[in-house]
Amino acid sequence: MSPTATTTTVEPAAKEKAAKPDLRFKRLDITMKRNQYAPDALIEVLHVAQEAFGFLEEDVLQYVAHGLKLPLSKVYGVATFYHLFSLKPSGAHSCVVCMGTACYVKGGDKVMAKLQEELGIEVGETTPDGKVSLMSARCIGACGIAPAVVFDGTVSGKLSPEEAVAKVKVWEGE
Amino acid sequence: MAVNTLTIDGKDIAVEAGTSILDAATEAGVPIPKLCHLEGVTPVGACRLCLVDIEGTNKMLPACVTEVWEGMVIHTQTPKLQEYRRMTVELIFAEGNHVCSICVANGNCELQDVAIEVGMDHSRFPYRFPDRGVDLSHPMFGIDHNRCILCTRCVRVCDEVEGAHVWDVGNRGEACYIVSGLDQPWGEVDACTSCGKCVDACPTGAIFKQGSTTGEKQADTEKLEFLSTAREKHQWTR
Amino acid sequence: MDLQELKAVAKAEQERQKPVRVHCCTSTGCRAADAVGIYGNLKQAVTDHHLEDRVEVVGVGCMGFCGRGPLVQVDPDELLYEEVTPDQAASIIEAMDGGTAQPIQGDVNHPFFARQMRVVREYSGKIDPERIEEYIAVGGYESLHKAIYEMTPAEVVDQISKSGLRGRGGGGYPTGLKWATVAKMPEGQKYIICNGDEGDPGAFMDRSILESDPHLVLEGMAIAGYAVGANHGYIYVRAEYPLAIERLQKGIQQAKKYGLLGSQIFDSAFDFKIDIRIGAGAFVCGEETALIQSIEGGRGNPVPRPPYPAQKGLYDCPTLINNVETLATITAIIRNGADWYSSIGTENSKGTKIFALTGKIRNNGLVEVPMGITLREIVEEMGGGVPDGEVKAVQTGGPSGGCIPKSMLDTPVDYDSLRAAGSMMGSGGMVVMDDTTSMVGIAQFYMEFCREETCGKCVPCRTGTVQLYTMLTKILKRQATKDDLAKMEALCEMVRDTSLCGLGQTAPNPVLSTLKYFREEYEELLIEPEYLSDLNGKEAPQEVTV
Repeated sequence: MSPTATTTTVEPAAKEKAAKPDLRFKRLDITMKRNQYAPDALIEVLHVAQEAFGFLEEDVLQYVAHGLKLPLSKVYGVATFYHLFSLKPSGAHSCVVCMGTACYVKGGDKVMAKLQEELGIEVGETTPDGKVSLMSARCIGACGIAPAVVFDGTVSGKLSPEEAVAKVKVWEGE
Repeated sequence: MAVNTLTIDGKDIAVEAGTSILDAATEAGVPIPKLCHLEGVTPVGACRLCLVDIEGTNKMLPACVTEVWEGMVIHTQTPKLQEYRRMTVELIFAEGNHVCSICVANGNCELQDVAIEVGMDHSRFPYRFPDRGVDLSHPMFGIDHNRCILCTRCVRVCDEVEGAHVWDVGNRGEACYIVSGLDQPWGEVDACTSCGKCVDACPTGAIFKQGSTTGEKQADTEKLEFLSTAREKHQWTR
Repeated sequence: MDLQELKAVAKAEQERQKPVRVHCCTSTGCRAADAVGIYGNLKQAVTDHHLEDRVEVVGVGCMGFCGRGPLVQVDPDELLYEEVTPDQAASIIEAMDGGTAQPIQGDVNHPFFARQMRVVREYSGKIDPERIEEYIAVGGYESLHKAIYEMTPAEVVDQISKSGLRGRGGGGYPTGLKWATVAKMPEGQKYIICNGDEGDPGAFMDRSILESDPHLVLEGMAIAGYAVGANHGYIYVRAEYPLAIERLQKGIQQAKKYGLLGSQIFDSAFDFKIDIRIGAGAFVCGEETALIQSIEGGRGNPVPRPPYPAQKGLYDCPTLINNVETLATITAIIRNGADWYSSIGTENSKGTKIFALTGKIRNNGLVEVPMGITLREIVEEMGGGVPDGEVKAVQTGGPSGGCIPKSMLDTPVDYDSLRAAGSMMGSGGMVVMDDTTSMVGIAQFYMEFCREETCGKCVPCRTGTVQLYTMLTKILKRQATKDDLAKMEALCEMVRDTSLCGLGQTAPNPVLSTLKYFREEYEELLIEPEYLSDLNGKEAPQEVTV
């Protein structure tokens, strides 16, 4: 799951899958066609795939490789090079802690430590109930309001560890 | 044909313009250590062993990808270069699990040769003992990632010479590893033609023929250069 | 579209604008504190008080004082309100109708603003970035017209060269020379790339430019295209900047509609189209050869230079790569001339530079200052110094830069002085640290960053950064000796000298610069070798069980 606002959460995608199984592949078709099936559109297509499916499943990667006429290993290599692409499903909610320098100097590391302790997971993991994924970002450019955390795509600034935990607690109660 | 004259370690030599420093050095009989370079496939300049000093430039440049220019004065063995090469080899040894005594390539290993060439007898950096896997799913060959130095020679030879592109590099940074297909077991990748070129391209014992035991791997690296020239110049004998 | 029509659009917009404009920042920083809600409440209040005839609320880009956001400024009276909440928004409008404004009123004459010299950020926070008409109303796209109709491509390149502008992405390579190289390549397909992969932690000036004044960058790219003979441009933006991407997309569409991008711009023979490429989370893609690989759809592995992208870049064609801030400077140079631009700054560093002032500092945000200003002026006068403490060091240049100690705060800010001080300009991040910050800890922080962001292609960077990180951790755990420190220094030099690209070549800088100025902090953490054997004895059983 990508730590940006552009990505939808997994939950709606999963519902969509049950109702209309082909729609998301159609989105891939449209994107590939718009790019004339050019191999250099790989990253563009993977962005769309990640958004539509929530993560990059093996069959999705295979579908993209086939459509863009690319070797499987090349597609896998690109998908695993970039941090925003995920090959594993992620939680219903995302919590991305900025670990840029400004946030670090202002205690971003403490926010992260507290969240890890509270959620009982490490960075890059999802809580066992599938509710929250905890991630870190390399500077989201909101240094003026450090330390910053992105909760489900919405940036929150000047957070204390306790405030960050309170935000996550709301999800846990759902 | 335009010709450039240059000096390598005090030897004067004239070569065709556009020649790489590495080829010029070979012609002049000056050995330069290298690991990721392989005749017949595109050079990538990744191992940094072939770095040389050029008078008038403040950066060391990789001999394999740098073209010669007129009047170049090259030094391949300054104390600094020697020290850096040794450190590079130490870093490679510390990164993987390179245990020569039990390796199929023992005695025929380019990494081992380079270590001897640069005088590396132990690593000053702590060994990292990574936990990497071995894939023996292919009926004829195997890959032991513990011995891989990520030179990507297999990737390039499979793509450029065989045209199968079974291999690529997955992940990034310290987590990089050679991946087959969609991270499938090698034996399940449809594109593999079992040609064995990656076995010949591999400088260490990472990719090997199954059944080989300690010291039995004999990679025919020149075969790949031969194949390339055969196809380009229609010279089918060597 | 011709010049008359462009001027007509500008005039119509100027007439449409109301005498009183309430500027509400809607950029990323202020959005985090519900700037969008504030904007809505302001609008509602204008309606409630029936002030629509003379007052309008405008959602604008970054005003710079991000640490005190959300910001609202009422012009032309220059009433600045800080830390506005949605509840207080209505009172700002009520104040025009006899009421009292509740939010804290800021001081627009504060050195933070007064000491700035705004060239690139001239209209940031003053115009609506989502409406091209507002950009045109302040003279937008006139520089492009001037370039196409009053100048030859060679003259444009010449002006950029004479201006003395140097790359704002970090390296400081003369922009004119880069343009001239691409222009001199044989005719044929050429590309312009705008590098918006601002990855340095602690830097956000490029995001701010793209969010606040996207057309400035688009126009700069088009001028560059005209100058070097390229008809196609790409903007590579980090996916972490969704708002910048959205505003660029809108900007490109609007410019196309007016015939300011696309084919036959201003009815001339010059065509120029711009596409957006979105990054996917890889710091190394800020390196130009890696960025090209990424646009081509591959792994962002840098490739050795030469050949330089100017000769052989995107799809093997000559390619001009400039950073966002560099391209955003172009229109001002074309409009006011090279002599005007080169009159700002120092001998070898001309013009202005935007810095992101963050960390342990009272006033944080973006400042645009003339080159040559001292660090002390920026940090102490504009930034107001460290709250309840003292400045210990200023980190510039991100993971590629270094830490400059308090004793050197009088260093002028220009490319050469910063380099001489063991740091670099970088993209313009300036993180202030106080006495509570451990310099060894900071070095470890940056090394962890490089270790995670290295592409893994070349040996020194891939494995050297891991070893350096391990060594720094060992020092911090008080398990290292003098010999370890010497070994670490040697490895730093090796990684710096032998790595393939800029990431690896500069990765040791934070360690080397902190060693240079704060060596005692490292030495305090070292232990004697005889104690080490003792320690090893105690540690050994633990290691086995792991």
